[in-house]
Amino acid sequence: MVETYLVPLLKIAVLLNAVLVAVTYMVLLERKVIAWVQVRLGPMRVGPYGVLQPIADALKLMLKEDITPARADRFVFTLAPIVSMVPALIAFAVIPFDDEVTLFGYKLSLVVADVNVGLLYVVATTSISVYGIILAGYASNSKFPLLAGLRASAQLISYEVAVTMMLVSIVVTAGTLSMVGIVKAQLDAHLWFVFIQPVAFVILFIGGLAETNRAPFDLPEAEQELTGGFHTEYSGMRFALFFLAEYANMIVVSAVATTLFFGGWLRPFPNVAPLAFLDLVPGWIWFLMKTFVFLYIFIWIRATLPRYRYDQLMRLGWKVLIPLAIANLVVSGILKVLL
Amino acid sequence: MLEAIVFYTLAVFTLGFGVLVITARNTVHSVLFLVANFLCVAVLYVALAAEFLAVIQVLVYAGGIVVLYLFVVMLVNLKAIPEARVDPRRRSRLGFVLAAALLAEVSAILVYAGSRSPMAPAPGAPATPAPGNTETVGWLLYTDYLVPFEVASVLLLVAMIGAILLARKQEA
Repeated sequence: MVETYLVPLLKIAVLLNAVLVAVTYMVLLERKVIAWVQVRLGPMRVGPYGVLQPIADALKLMLKEDITPARADRFVFTLAPIVSMVPALIAFAVIPFDDEVTLFGYKLSLVVADVNVGLLYVVATTSISVYGIILAGYASNSKFPLLAGLRASAQLISYEVAVTMMLVSIVVTAGTLSMVGIVKAQLDAHLWFVFIQPVAFVILFIGGLAETNRAPFDLPEAEQELTGGFHTEYSGMRFALFFLAEYANMIVVSAVATTLFFGGWLRPFPNVAPLAFLDLVPGWIWFLMKTFVFLYIFIWIRATLPRYRYDQLMRLGWKVLIPLAIANLVVSGILKVLL
Repeated sequence: MLEAIVFYTLAVFTLGFGVLVITARNTVHSVLFLVANFLCVAVLYVALAAEFLAVIQVLVYAGGIVVLYLFVVMLVNLKAIPEARVDPRRRSRLGFVLAAALLAEVSAILVYAGSRSPMAPAPGAPATPAPGNTETVGWLLYTDYLVPFEVASVLLLVAMIGAILLARKQEA
């Protein structure tokens, strides 16, 4: 009873709360980092150095008036923010934060569900998340959101192909679809997979930027062309859900990249004995640190790079990334058979 | 007991969404109910311990094909559907034939299932499910079902080339 129901439920509760707090603080981090890049201070008023800003923002968004446009499709309009938030949250179910740890004499694996199709599960959840965007664009019954929604979904579908192809080459290298299994395969290989599959990592990272609609691929939100993007007509908490979903997706991409390419909870150079003192740091802290580095790079890129044009974006996806992903898959298959 | 509860609840939802797909007046709503239906079927697969099939169901049907449906529906028919309805009697003859065929099929299945002893495993099924059905599916696809698999991939290739040919602009 405890084993089958209570422990997973507790894990889910802790994880969901941690993710939501992380998401709100990602917003603050982004504002701060971009402010520093632009030689500003960023939020400074609420709490020391603005650390309580997320709480103020959350309160503001919850208390704001929630408007549904008169001509909107009410059912779909309500559904869309939910549909975009849920896949981002359930993707965390298969991400392993650490190996088995002993807590109060009880063995606990720090992953909600170590299913043997973990990687495919992540791909499936991201493929569902496109609905939130399309539906928001459609339900608003307004031109700009519709255009943004169509753009966003075309972008997502295009880049998903490349990313999925690339994930197949990781599966070929690791020989398993389980996320825990992939981390353990990196331990057995004595190397993080980023050194074995560098091309795949680059494709995943570019695809991840595009799939989370982040700069330089944030065309669905191009203010100059589309006023605000697919969520133009949304206000209050529903708008906040889209916003939070974007950041939650960023965390998912970072966590997946960490798990697949940077050894998840493993310390750097997991099999080099002279570095054993690094094991003093628990595995989940390594995991969080690596994930954080990715999140920082996401923000850094946004502050640095200008936006792509739409045709450039599509050309990059279909004519560069997908052929590269296929070539990478073929080469990894051949190498796997030969070595 | 628990399994039965899960199955019947899911079955009710699956059928309910299926009915909503064909009764919804708004085409986009109809497509959404189709997604919900596919997701329920995926959960049914999970209940049958076929995780691989469940995830593929979500990935290919809910995440791929229906997104394209939605695209088509949104691009072709953005306004409310015209209220013009065809006289139901015009289609009744074909409908009668189809319904009769479905009835015959369902009763054949029921009779066949009733004639077998209830607990006998299906012929050819392994006594115990192999651990990790992803490997099993892959193994079967590339050994016993290699020819159908390759034929299907050639079919997909032909369809893809056909789509590209149709979509290509005519040379001036």
